[in-house]
Amino acid sequence: MFSAMLGEAWHAMGANRLRTFLTMLGMVIGVSAVVLMMAIGQGAEASVKRSISAMGSNLFVVLSGPPRVAGARSATGNAPSLNVKDANAIGELDDVAGVAPVTMGKSQIVYGSNNWNTDIIGTTPSYLDIRSWGLSAGYAFSDSDIRSATRVALIGKTVAQNIFGEDIDPVGKTIRINQSPFVILGMLDSKGQTLDGRDQDDTIIVPLTTAQRKLFGNQLPGSVRQILVQAESDNVMSILEESMNGLLNQRHNIREGADSDFSVRNLTAIANSAAETARTMSLLLGAIASVSLLVGGIGIMNIMLVSVTERTREIGIRMAIGARQRDILLQFLLEAIMISIVGCLIGIGIGVGGAVLVGIFTQAEIIISSESVLIAFSVAASIGVFFGFYPARMAAMLNPIEALRYQ
Amino acid sequence: MQNQQNIQNNKATKKNVIDVSGLFKEYQTAAGPFPVLKDVNLRIDNGDYVAIMGPSGSGKSTFMNILGCLDKPTKGKYILDGHAVATMEENDVAGVRNKTIGFVFQGFNLLSRSSLLDNVALPLVYSHIDKAERHARAKVLLEKVGLGNHINSRPNQISGGQQQRVAIARALINNPRLILADEPTGNLDSVTSEEIMALFSQLNKEGITIVLVTHETDIAEHAKRQVRFLDGKIVQDTLTNGHVSTNNESSEVI
Ligand SMILES: Nc1ncnc2c1ncn2[C@@H]1O[C@H](COP(=O)(O)OP(=O)(O)O)[C@@H](O)[C@H]1O
Ligand SMILES: [Mg+2]
Repeated sequence: MFSAMLGEAWHAMGANRLRTFLTMLGMVIGVSAVVLMMAIGQGAEASVKRSISAMGSNLFVVLSGPPRVAGARSATGNAPSLNVKDANAIGELDDVAGVAPVTMGKSQIVYGSNNWNTDIIGTTPSYLDIRSWGLSAGYAFSDSDIRSATRVALIGKTVAQNIFGEDIDPVGKTIRINQSPFVILGMLDSKGQTLDGRDQDDTIIVPLTTAQRKLFGNQLPGSVRQILVQAESDNVMSILEESMNGLLNQRHNIREGADSDFSVRNLTAIANSAAETARTMSLLLGAIASVSLLVGGIGIMNIMLVSVTERTREIGIRMAIGARQRDILLQFLLEAIMISIVGCLIGIGIGVGGAVLVGIFTQAEIIISSESVLIAFSVAASIGVFFGFYPARMAAMLNPIEALRYQ
Repeated sequence: MQNQQNIQNNKATKKNVIDVSGLFKEYQTAAGPFPVLKDVNLRIDNGDYVAIMGPSGSGKSTFMNILGCLDKPTKGKYILDGHAVATMEENDVAGVRNKTIGFVFQGFNLLSRSSLLDNVALPLVYSHIDKAERHARAKVLLEKVGLGNHINSRPNQISGGQQQRVAIARALINNPRLILADEPTGNLDSVTSEEIMALFSQLNKEGITIVLVTHETDIAEHAKRQVRFLDGKIVQDTLTNGHVSTNNESSEVI
């Protein structure tokens, strides 16, 4: 019985191919849009999440300069109002898991005839712990390197590739940074991009004191651009933020109500809101795409209504030879579902193919989850049922003799 | 004579296939209710062959549609094969149309997109019979009505007389007790009409009760009993010459 009805539904679809195709097209476009948008959205979400976990957890950064200054980030860090003693004082606070004072700048790196312009980070060994940044070769510098300001460096993958190429092992080699020779102690693990798209592997890390005295010597002695602070846990973040503000205000003699010459930023909160934004984007894309599914569903309903009217006489004949109301209902419902499911399968194919192409041509991360395909499929099937039901019911409720009399 | 004896035998286990009493039907029109059947009473015996006659507009089709459970009377009793149709569930009425009654229309009413085989087999779809058996039974019946070579043709590829044979085969597929035919020869020429009537006579000999509507007296002569409608009432109920009554009341109606 059911297989006979499936066969008939299939036949009915084939009876007017162009119309069936056009009806299906709505579904195809809707489903492929949903699959594609979800692939792009989920890909963006995943790459944001990866950047966040690469950043380290429960992080603050204390920046030199007054808070909420409009304009570029570099403007905030320019006035060197923080120093190593501030960092040490923060390290004494409760709930602090680690502190790393950071100074930074750009420099020309030379090895043999190759050169490369990159970011230099001057910091302490705790920086690597806080950012859970490991080494893929060699070893890190130590506190004694900080004390004696030795010329040693850790090199990021991008820099290494650009000045050494693939064949030479950088560890133990000597490079020139601003004309001074530096021995490479270790090679940093690859970190990928930051949330704002900077390549974190395009970096060289040197001891803080070396950077202050031998690379960026024009600054106040002991001053740092920023202090990276890691809290013990997520729940102490807000308490710690308050106590750091209090401590630094006191140390910098800033009166109540006056503007601070530093700012404390909760990096984890910023990152989380970026992740939230990515998720919202992903949902929004899906929602917009779903509207086209709805339009596809309305298209199906429209064509099924036409079909019921056209086939009124056929319905009458079927009833006259013993079709029950539910047989007629099922017949038209099956047709609607079949159109939407076939359309949906084609749409999934196009959506997946499109997502792969987008991935290839834009280098953007694309994630095609079986979940999103399943969602698209079940939504399409339910749309078939939902929009097919009214026309099918209309057919089933026809009076047999009036249906037979219909011309 | 053989035939008459069969009917006489039936008398022993006598049973009305159709028992209609006090039947009224009015259509709702823009100009108000329009009465078409006005107190129709009729009993038809198992195995009988009844021709319903009467002028156009006298309510014959309306009456047939009610007998075929395609339409409902406004008032009155219709007992089909011992069951009061009025009290049946919609699904059971569909079952009656499927199994108890075979309806043959003037306009054939075949599905133009389906093959002859599928057309004949279609009622079996609604009685949940599997495909192999559906096709086997449909094939046997198409052979019986002389269309065994055309099972894969479409209705528009064969003549009107052949289409009516297909419709009759379809009506027969579920072994109904009753064939209802509303002007089955109305669209056919006289030679083809005779062939169709011969088919009905043969079916009646096989024991199927037949009620058919016709304008033409020579067609009606094939039946055992002739009932005449006029203005929504039965005005005459006679036996065709040479036939023996199987219905005690038939002659009283006049
Ligand atoms: N659906 C309908 N609505 C209104 N009037 C109808 C309808 N069907 C039939 N009639 C009227 O009922 C009368 C009887 O029709 P019908 O039963 O078809 O007669 P017959 O078959 O004897 O020619 C006619 O006057 C016809 O116009
Ligand atoms: Mg008529």
